[in-house]
Amino acid sequence: MVDGVAGRLGTVDKRASMGDRSGRAKLAIALLTALLVLTMLFSLASGASDASAFAVVRDWLFPSLSDGSALSARDRIIVYDIRLPRVVLGVLIGAALAVSGAVMQGLFRNPLADPGLVGVSAGAGLGAIVVIVLGGTFLGPVLALFGIYTLPLAAFFGGLATTLILYRVATRRGQTSIATMLLAGIALGAMAGAFSGIMVYLADDRQLRDLTFWGLGSLAGATWTKIASAGPIIVLALIVSPFLARGLNALALGEAAAHHLGISVQRFKNVAIVSVAAATGASVAVSGGIGFVGIVVPHLLRLLIGPDNRYLLPASALLGASMLLLADAVSRTIVAPAELPIGIITAAVGGPFFLWILLRKRGILDL
Amino acid sequence: MIEARGISVSIGTRRIISDVDFDVRPGEVAAIVGPNGSGKTTFLKALSGDLPYTGRIVINNRDMAGLKPWETASMRAVLPQATALSFPFTVHEVVKLGLMSGRSGAQPGEERNLPQRALARVDLDGFAGRYYQELSGGEQQRVQLARVLCQVWTPVLNGKPRYLFLDEPVSSLDIKHQLIIMEIARDFARGGGGVVAILHDLNLTAMHADRICVMHRGRLAAAGTPQDVMTDELISRVFECDLKVGALPAGNVPFVLPQSVSL
Repeated sequence: MVDGVAGRLGTVDKRASMGDRSGRAKLAIALLTALLVLTMLFSLASGASDASAFAVVRDWLFPSLSDGSALSARDRIIVYDIRLPRVVLGVLIGAALAVSGAVMQGLFRNPLADPGLVGVSAGAGLGAIVVIVLGGTFLGPVLALFGIYTLPLAAFFGGLATTLILYRVATRRGQTSIATMLLAGIALGAMAGAFSGIMVYLADDRQLRDLTFWGLGSLAGATWTKIASAGPIIVLALIVSPFLARGLNALALGEAAAHHLGISVQRFKNVAIVSVAAATGASVAVSGGIGFVGIVVPHLLRLLIGPDNRYLLPASALLGASMLLLADAVSRTIVAPAELPIGIITAAVGGPFFLWILLRKRGILDL
Repeated sequence: MIEARGISVSIGTRRIISDVDFDVRPGEVAAIVGPNGSGKTTFLKALSGDLPYTGRIVINNRDMAGLKPWETASMRAVLPQATALSFPFTVHEVVKLGLMSGRSGAQPGEERNLPQRALARVDLDGFAGRYYQELSGGEQQRVQLARVLCQVWTPVLNGKPRYLFLDEPVSSLDIKHQLIIMEIARDFARGGGGVVAILHDLNLTAMHADRICVMHRGRLAAAGTPQDVMTDELISRVFECDLKVGALPAGNVPFVLPQSVSL
């Protein structure tokens, strides 16, 4: 048994040294799945209350055995109405951020593209802010038509508009200029920031409070309602993403070569842009701006399993979800009983990481 | 076969090529030669479906305008001049991308080993595990050729010929590999496929091409066998310098022609 496993690992290793990293990638995906399950249990079990992970699992698997001692009614509320929605939201947002980063990097053929860095999150944020503020005006009844989906949809359209403008500005004849893309991202971010500022200026007290909570970038206040509003859009984008893998791989050779390989490039790019905007928009709508997950996670995974998007995208979803849950655990405990917005944690880790990528790659990236 | 009739391409308001007629026949290596800026690459891009053109391109009796990208991908593969990658793909992974369109024509069991065989074909045995970005320009060019070969591994699929479009396939290669690559093109033609190659080396062209198309200022200046086309008058006019075909260098200046190779 042990020999068999060791033998298989040896084969995987040998194939990787021959340039075929698919075996290693599959192994990594299996391990990342296990990691995600563990982090989810850990997140469910950790917190101010002492409901243990063991008790929670036992309550799930054998509800009939539960004699009331395993999980008290209070524990039950804490686990199912406070911790579980937070864990589910963390998984969704973490996966969405990491996958939209990976897709965007493939689309722009550029390892530095990330919705947070190039203004897409800011655009999505503007969409959300407009809805929060104008919801109190004559537009209120119109916006109410979309119910709980109003905020994610508005963020989606904000993100979509930004991505389209960015692509138009930074890409010429199928080639994306890294410098132009980053600079255009700064400009778009500034513009979105300015309009958001105007909206904040117009906002009344109650809306200001909404905006502040929202803008901190946090999983706090996760509810089943929030999950119901953003979840379907994120899940849809995540379901679409494996179908983008082949096209993104082809696109790594350039748009012309992707076309020669049989990809309908324009249609493919449209689908990719819409799904990035959807995943980013929905995440921003419920959790504000959580930066750097989209750049750190795919980058680490490319070092480990290579850039093949058939493995990179699912692996990014898994690792993104785990990392966000861990960051959330840190944000809940580091200044307990208070909470640090999770955006601060991801930025504190992601910022230096980003600088490290720049140091390693500035020759290749030609910045 | 591929029949291109009256092909014109404009980029913006500038007319790059005008009214070019061109055929690619199965079993034949067709070379496109001409000075820089004469429209060779633009024409090949039109033929590959990368640029909008006026005129008509028919490939295996089907109008290319009505074909989906995945359909043309099963009929022809295209080698670009140079390809830069922004992610750390291994050589194996790059070559395997050629199998994406799923019509290599190899037996299902064989397909797994195609990348390895294609690499051996372009004299890159043992390079599979290297990172593409770390290779020299000439090695990268051969990796791309291996990828392109995987896409149309069998020159004939379901009784229909397939085609290789090569844009300066030997421009960054040493003479040994120039000869190897041209031999691959010849083999593909021998197997019943058609090859279009943009070439700069007139000696290599004369040695390997069945037909030469000379482009000059966006138009087809001449087309025919090497014997027909490579005349003092035409070569001198098109390349704008006074050249003599078949003249030996004076005195003791050494020269090496690819024709002298014994394979």
